[in-house]
Amino acid sequence: MRKLTGAVLATLLSSTLVSAGPVDDELVINDETEIVTRTAAPAHVADVLDEVMSGWLFRGTETRAMEMDDFDNPGMIFVEQAEEQWNTADGSEGKSCADCHGASTEMAGVRPVYPKYNEEAGEVRTLEMQVNDCRENRMGAEKWKYTGGDMVNMTALLASVSRGMPVDIAIDGPAQSTWEQGKDLYYTRTGLLELSCANCHEDNYGNMIRADHLSQGQINGFPTYRLKNTKLNAVHSRFKGCVRDTRAETFSPGSPEFVALELYVGSRGNGLSVEGPSVRN
Amino acid sequence: MRTFGIAAVVTGLAAFSAQAETIAPTAVGYSDGAVEQSLTGASGDAARGREIVGDKGTGNCVACHQVTDLADVPWHGEIGPMLDGTGARWSEAELRGIVSNAKMMFEGTMMPSFYKTEGFIRPGDGYTGKAPEGEIEPILSAQQIEDVVAYLVTLKE
Ligand code: HEC
Ligand code: HEC
Repeated sequence: MRKLTGAVLATLLSSTLVSAGPVDDELVINDETEIVTRTAAPAHVADVLDEVMSGWLFRGTETRAMEMDDFDNPGMIFVEQAEEQWNTADGSEGKSCADCHGASTEMAGVRPVYPKYNEEAGEVRTLEMQVNDCRENRMGAEKWKYTGGDMVNMTALLASVSRGMPVDIAIDGPAQSTWEQGKDLYYTRTGLLELSCANCHEDNYGNMIRADHLSQGQINGFPTYRLKNTKLNAVHSRFKGCVRDTRAETFSPGSPEFVALELYVGSRGNGLSVEGPSVRN
Repeated sequence: MRTFGIAAVVTGLAAFSAQAETIAPTAVGYSDGAVEQSLTGASGDAARGREIVGDKGTGNCVACHQVTDLADVPWHGEIGPMLDGTGARWSEAELRGIVSNAKMMFEGTMMPSFYKTEGFIRPGDGYTGKAPEGEIEPILSAQQIEDVVAYLVTLKE
């Protein structure tokens, strides 16, 4: 009798929940670019995940639809702005990005392998670091703020020309120690709430945490246009928000800790398609 | 005269226990994850506890738990077990232990420790993302813990 009541109550409650688990849906952008939103987990996370999944699968029907067509994706306006920037000379050398790299579409294949070890610099670099290196050392221009508007727009342009290509971040060789550092951070329980990335995004993806439907916290879709703040959001801004939500002292965008974390989190999505700029809530 | 003396002592004691007997987060005694003694020396207020469990700014327990009795509060999470019937499954002392520091009862659990001030990695100042300025306060006060425990005890089915 008691059990029965419990079961009935559970049914009642669960029907008020929006969803459980990822949806069964396919993402094709502009009717032409097929996006891999779920695939077998890469070897280095196969001990904890069978499949890796894009955050797109955890969003509602309308949010998902916005990403299927560039006219409906508010993030694409910023891509257009960056395209203009790409072709505009800046700095003491009087050069634009296009002067060295050609058309922005020539950069297809760059986003999927970043963060990436840079031989000359002897460090792992994010796309943002590389963009600022070009600005400072090739253009003689001011560095952009790590998560500022110009920068996040430019990373959206660089992501957009690689959409559909598989994320393929190298984690061995000289990148390995940074990757290990990122992995440590991923499993560290921070803040007064003592929560790690893994607590929410590995152990509980598919579950609701209050009003939020937890995804795997993948970054293949970055930068993301969020309906919540109606702008593009950089990877490190998201990391900062998630760490803050554990009631912790966060790391700064562009800090060595977040660079390492990005390398690690990015590599957990190896095999998923580049999807940015994506749409999330 | 003698009787008067004893009465005075008793009154004195009662006043003492109401104020000074609050057990500090660092002094809570756990046995098998349970805490026998009230953290305030008195029992809590179940109605206030109900509010704390549902309130985003304090306990926010529904972030992770579903509670049928709190159906008026929107959005219950699915991380931990449903709290319906928890007052029948656990004694008051066990519930006090779970809410104060669930890691004493469930090793490695994701549930935060609500009455703890030490041993954190990169503790922050609330949700500001900054380091705390003064001493770290527990997430819930001794009184709030007792209120929550008083409420959980009522969840018999
Ligand atoms: C207390 C729970 C919690 C913790 C801990 C947490 N996150 Fe999140 N995270 C969320 C929620 C809620 C969202 C929004 C819904 C979603 O996409 O999962 C989110 C979203 C994200 C996203 C965006 C995914 C997308 O598709 O747009 C990334 C990336 C992310 N988190 C990474 C991290 C990393 C890295 C850490 C650790 C440093 C972390 N999170 C810790 C709750 C958490
Ligand atoms: C971040 C997630 C989270 C939050 C917030 C949280 N809990 Fe929990 N709680 C859990 C998990 C997970 C368990 C299961 C214990 C385990 O790990 O085996 C649990 C177990 C419990 C239990 C035992 C349930 C049973 O009947 O078996 C009680 C009681 C409880 N929690 C009460 C609370 C109260 C009260 C609050 C708020 C003051 C709270 N929890 C906040 C995650 C959470």
